[in-house]
Order: sequence, then C-alpha cells, then structure tokens
Amino acid sequence: MDLLNNFLFIALPYIALTVFLIGTIYRYKGTKFKFSSLSSQFLEGKKLFWGSVPFHYGIMVLFFGHLTAFLLPDVILSWNSSPLRLMILEVSAFIFGISALVGMFSLLIRRKTNPRIEIITSKMDLLIELMLLIQIFFGLWVAYEYRWGSSWFASVMSPYLTSIFTLNPQIDAVSRMPWVIKIHVSLAFTIVLLIPFTRLVHLLVFPLSYLWRPYQKVIWNWNRKKIRDPKTLLNVTRSKNN
Amino acid sequence: MDVRSQVSMLFHLDKCIGCHTCSIACKNIWTDRKGAEYMWWNNVETKPGTGYPTKWEDQDIYKGGWEKSGKSISLIGSGKLKGLVNIFHNPHLPVIDDYYEPWTYKYSNLIEAPAQDDQPTARPISLITGKPIEIKAGPNWDDDLSGSPDYARKDPNLENLSPAEQEAMFQLEKMAFFYLPRICNHCLNPACVASCPSGAIYKRGEDGIVLINQKVCRAWRMCVTACPYKKSYYNWSTGKSEKCILCYPRIESGIAPACMHSCVGRIRYLGVMLYDADRINEVASADVNNLVNSQLSMILDPFDEDVIASAKENGVADSTIKAAQDSPVYKFVKEWGIALPLHPEFRTLPMLFYVPPLLPVMASLSEQKNKEQLDKLDPIAKKWDDDWLYDTSTEELWGTIDDARFPLQYMANMFSAGDTCKVKDIMKKLMAVRIHRRDKTVGDLDKENVKKTLKDVNLSADSADDIYYLTSLAKFDDRFVIPPAHREQAIEMVENTGDVKGSSGFGFIEKPARGI
Repeated sequence: MDLLNNFLFIALPYIALTVFLIGTIYRYKGTKFKFSSLSSQFLEGKKLFWGSVPFHYGIMVLFFGHLTAFLLPDVILSWNSSPLRLMILEVSAFIFGISALVGMFSLLIRRKTNPRIEIITSKMDLLIELMLLIQIFFGLWVAYEYRWGSSWFASVMSPYLTSIFTLNPQIDAVSRMPWVIKIHVSLAFTIVLLIPFTRLVHLLVFPLSYLWRPYQKVIWNWNRKKIRDPKTLLNVTRSKNN
Repeated sequence: MDVRSQVSMLFHLDKCIGCHTCSIACKNIWTDRKGAEYMWWNNVETKPGTGYPTKWEDQDIYKGGWEKSGKSISLIGSGKLKGLVNIFHNPHLPVIDDYYEPWTYKYSNLIEAPAQDDQPTARPISLITGKPIEIKAGPNWDDDLSGSPDYARKDPNLENLSPAEQEAMFQLEKMAFFYLPRICNHCLNPACVASCPSGAIYKRGEDGIVLINQKVCRAWRMCVTACPYKKSYYNWSTGKSEKCILCYPRIESGIAPACMHSCVGRIRYLGVMLYDADRINEVASADVNNLVNSQLSMILDPFDEDVIASAKENGVADSTIKAAQDSPVYKFVKEWGIALPLHPEFRTLPMLFYVPPLLPVMASLSEQKNKEQLDKLDPIAKKWDDDWLYDTSTEELWGTIDDARFPLQYMANMFSAGDTCKVKDIMKKLMAVRIHRRDKTVGDLDKENVKKTLKDVNLSADSADDIYYLTSLAKFDDRFVIPPAHREQAIEMVENTGDVKGSSGFGFIEKPARGI
C-alpha cells in the first residue's frame, strides 16, 4: 500500500509535472503549426453549442475554484465558516460540475455520431475526453459523498500540493483519503501529464493578451525609418516576423 | 501624414466574361489541399445572385465587418468582449454547408466493378467523410442563374429596390446579369486582423498585404465571422484559418498574381497606391453617405511634392513611388474616378476597386409600338406580341442610364453604400467614352453633342482616349505595374546575406499536418 501511495502521490505528480513542462515547451517551440484548439465548429455548429459551452464554462469555474482553494486555503476556510456561505459555494460548484459533465458527455456523443467529426477525431481526442468525463464524474461523486469538499480540500489537499511544489512531499494525509478521492487526484495528475500530447495545449494559449492589444496590427519587414539612412544599414536589427 | 503604400487591384467588370479561369489558377496553386478543397480564395459570382458562401453580403446573418457606434466604430459579430465570450462557440460562424461540401467521384468503380447487368457509375464521394453524398451545392452552383427564385431573388443587394424594379429585373428576356470576381480586399481597416484573438493576422507594412501567420493561428475562428466578404476560410483539417495572400511570393519576384496573370478577359489591373495611414480611423468612422468620398480622399497624389517627401521619410522606396505614379489603379480610381470599392458600408476600407459594368445598362427598355419593326421582319420570322423593344439609341444621351435595364440602385447597393449619384456619374463617364470613341471611329454623331457629352462629365478628349486605351488596348506592362519588393534590403538589415545562401526558401519547415 505504501508503495502505491508513494507512486500515486510522489512519483506520478513529479513525472506528470516534468513531462508537462518539457513537453509543452518543446511543442510550443518546435511544432508551432500543430498548436491549435482544432475547433470542429466549422463542420458541425449546433450540437457543439450544447457541449462546448456548458463544458468549458463549467470546467473553467471548477479549475479556478480548485486553484483558489490551493493558493488561498485560508480564504476558503473563513468563507466556509458560515453554513449558508458554505452551501452557496458547494451547491454552485456542484452545478458547474454537472454542467461540465453534461457538456463533456454531449461532446463525446457528438464526436462518435457525426461522421464529419469522426473523421477528424484522433485517438488522443477520445482518450482525453473519456478521461475528463471520468474525472468530472469522480469529482461530482467526491463532492456528493465526502462533504464538504471545499473545506477539506483547503485543509488537506492544499498543504499536500504545496509540499509537492516546494519539493518536500508530505503524503500522510492524502494516503488516508478514501479511494474515490485518490483516483480523482491521480487522474488529475495523469491529465496534466497528457496535456502536451493532446489538443489540451490550447488552454495554455488562451488569448488574454487580446484584451490589451490594439485592434490593428501592422508588421514591417524592415525598420522603415532607418532603411533610407546609409549609416544604419550595417546596424543589425532583427526583423519582426522572421 | 503617415504615407504608406498599398498594392491594389482593379476589376473592370464590363470585361469580365465569367470564365472562372482566375479561380482555377488560384485553386491549382494554393488551395488544392486537404481541408482547403472548399476554399476559393478567388471566386467569381453571378450577380444578381446569392454568392459564395450563400448570401455572404447579408450581415444580419453573418455579422461581419464594422458598425458605427457613437463617433467610432466597433466590430459587429466579434471584438474583444464578444470574441472572448463566444470563443467556445461562435454563434455567427458559417458552417461548411453555407459554402458547400466538397466532393470527388469514385472513378475506380468504373474499372473495378464486377461484371453486372448495369453499367458501373462513378458515385460522388464526400471529400470530408469519404462516404457517398447527395450533391446539394457546389462551387458556382448559381452560375448564370440570374432570375432564379432560389438564387437571384435572394440577393441581399435587392434591398431598397421597389417590387416593380425587382420584377422588371427578373422577367425572362428582360433579365440581365454580370459577373463579380472576388478575392481578399486587403483592407486598410481589416476586420479579420482586429478580430483575431491570437493576433495571428497582420497587415504587411511595405505593401499592405494581409496575411495569417499559420504558426500563431489557434483556430479561435473569429476572422471567419469578422470578414464581411467571407474571404478568411477555416481549414477544418489543419485547424488553421487561411486566406488569399495576393500571391505575395509572386509579387515579390515581379510576377503578377496567378488570378490576374491568367485572366482571359484582361479585366484586372494591379498597381501601387499611396495613402495616409493617419486617417484610417477617421475615414472608417465617417458617415455612411461620406464613406466612399473619404476613402478616396485618403489615397494620395503620388506626383505631389509633399506626398513624395513624406513617403521618402517613411521609408517608401523610390521605385515604389515611381510604381505609384505609373499605377493603372490610381488612374482608374483617382484620376478618372470611374472605380469604386465593393461594399464600402462594411467600413473595412477595402483596397480592391471595381469599374461597375455599363453593359446591361446600355440597352434599356422602351415601351413602343413594334409594328414598324415587325414590318421589317421576314414573314417567317418569329413574331413577339410584346410592346417593348431594346433601346440602344444615343439620341437621348443619358436617358438610357436612368431607366437602366439594371436599376442603378442595385449597383449603388454594391459599390457606393446606396448612393446612386456616384454610380450614375461613373456610368455617364463610361458612356461618354463610348460616345467619344464612336465619334472617332464611326463619325455618325453630332460633333457638338459629343463635345457636350464629354464636358458634362468633366472628361477631356485626351483622358477619354486614355481610358479607352487602358481599357481596351493595354499591354501586360500597362496593366501590371508591380513595385520591386526590396527584400534584399530587408535581409541586409537582418543578417549577412552570404550566411544564408542556399538556406532560404519558401515552404514549411514543419509539415503542415493536423495537431493532436
């Protein structure tokens, strides 16, 4: 049992994070053409709405919820000190979980039933979508069965994750968790491990910078002010799109 | 004044015969690939007609282009907020059925089918799924189908036309149509660039060509929505958007773009125009009545000393300024004022210009007793009961333009944001050139009348001859004035050219394959 726990909560996280880091950097630098969200809306638009929108908004809220509980456990715990606020947090998180589950499920159905979408489906697409579906399912199970997740995540998981990131893994508490939670945690790290091998890389390039860039973009092959000045010809400046 | 140069193109629609040679030349070079089969970076549409993709001009459906909001403008269907909120599902994205599902035929069946009673057939096979399909639409599905209820009558440009006018357009034997070749407009205020969340689309400073960086595109697909001309296409296989690149590798080496080079009717002209980039915002947000005039006013006179000085200061090469002075496009657009941009009301400041077609207008209809005509006819000739005849007389000089067989309002909806005066001016000029040439070559017209005609439209006899020359007789070098690209200077600024000898080239180092 110790061996398994050591593997799941020490080895797996470090393998996952290493592969994730090296893999995504390599993919971003080396194979930029393949870095895409690979949207299939152009081939089928209506069913995508009922899958993509509930899934993405659901999973985004859940992701940032987990992130907040990990980074700011004290905030979550003090929020949860009042039962009403705890209920609000738990119920709304559960609703977003359902939304993600329904979304992912309808995306999978769409992927398997629409012949056009099937053509552009890779094995990794199916694998990662199945894993996400199972992961969301286990997440909901945990939330329903082992209440209240937000509180014990802040008090147990947050220190564990911190210990992972500070290279001083403390797994005593997680090792005593019920097996459902253990699966949820291990699957999470497996998904992180798989990110560089799937289309999930698109979440790393969410175009937030769009918000502050000017609308129009003009690129010059050379510095147009300097090009006519013979003195600057020898001045080596890299052109912007090479 | 921020003077920049723009490679611009002009289409003389009177000369287009709708042969689609341009489309084929483009397809063979650029879009004969998986995922790009349905794309026609260059396409030719029959007008009136719904076009490609179906009803692309109707922004109530596609939400492309800019709209006026207050004193400024904003993107209709995309933009910072809408773009990011709708990033998981873009409600205004056309799907492939709005274009057509590409197909081929299963030719192998003709050879490999076992012996049987019936002849083997080559069934149509979808190029997406590889399965047999029922063909419901295809490229130029409505080619030459003017008057048809499914296509021509659904043309968005019929807006503001009275039912009587519409009816007149579509009566058999009175019907008229013309062809509209379209490529990317390489706009000065491109909506695709503005809508791209990743910032993958950009306008090249030196020649104004709008390009998509394939390594930065992440398939957020907002450009497809934003482009009101629907000239940004999504490659469903690679997960990247693609568009017309104005054959920049050809232009850089002094060759005309494929669509233009192959044009059978020689309708296309290419040249440089200098414009004032400082005015882009102001012009794009102008009042709708003033849009065309403001856009034309930001195109600068390449002979003006001030313009030349600021152009040089901005690093525009002498050879480019020379090309701008010789530009055939400048002559049509500014000097003679007989060309207009396509759908200026989309506010992207398109930099392709069209000389509206005069031809369907020339012969208008006049209600008259055709007894005289009938008397002249052979006894066995087919007799018509109608009381109308085509009027091709030149006695009423401008009469035919007003009761045009093709309502002016229709042309105005396409080329001048609904302003019929603009189109009428151009029609008059084109007509005046014809009258002038008829006077010169046939000489059967009243000289005073001919002079008056030219004076009416402010054309000298010499410029009328110039228009005639560039329209009808121009040779390749007159039609294509391609500025040298000066890549050599650009490269010298980056590195020692000796170091990269043999290593530069064009194409993908990374195979353009679909990601995982």
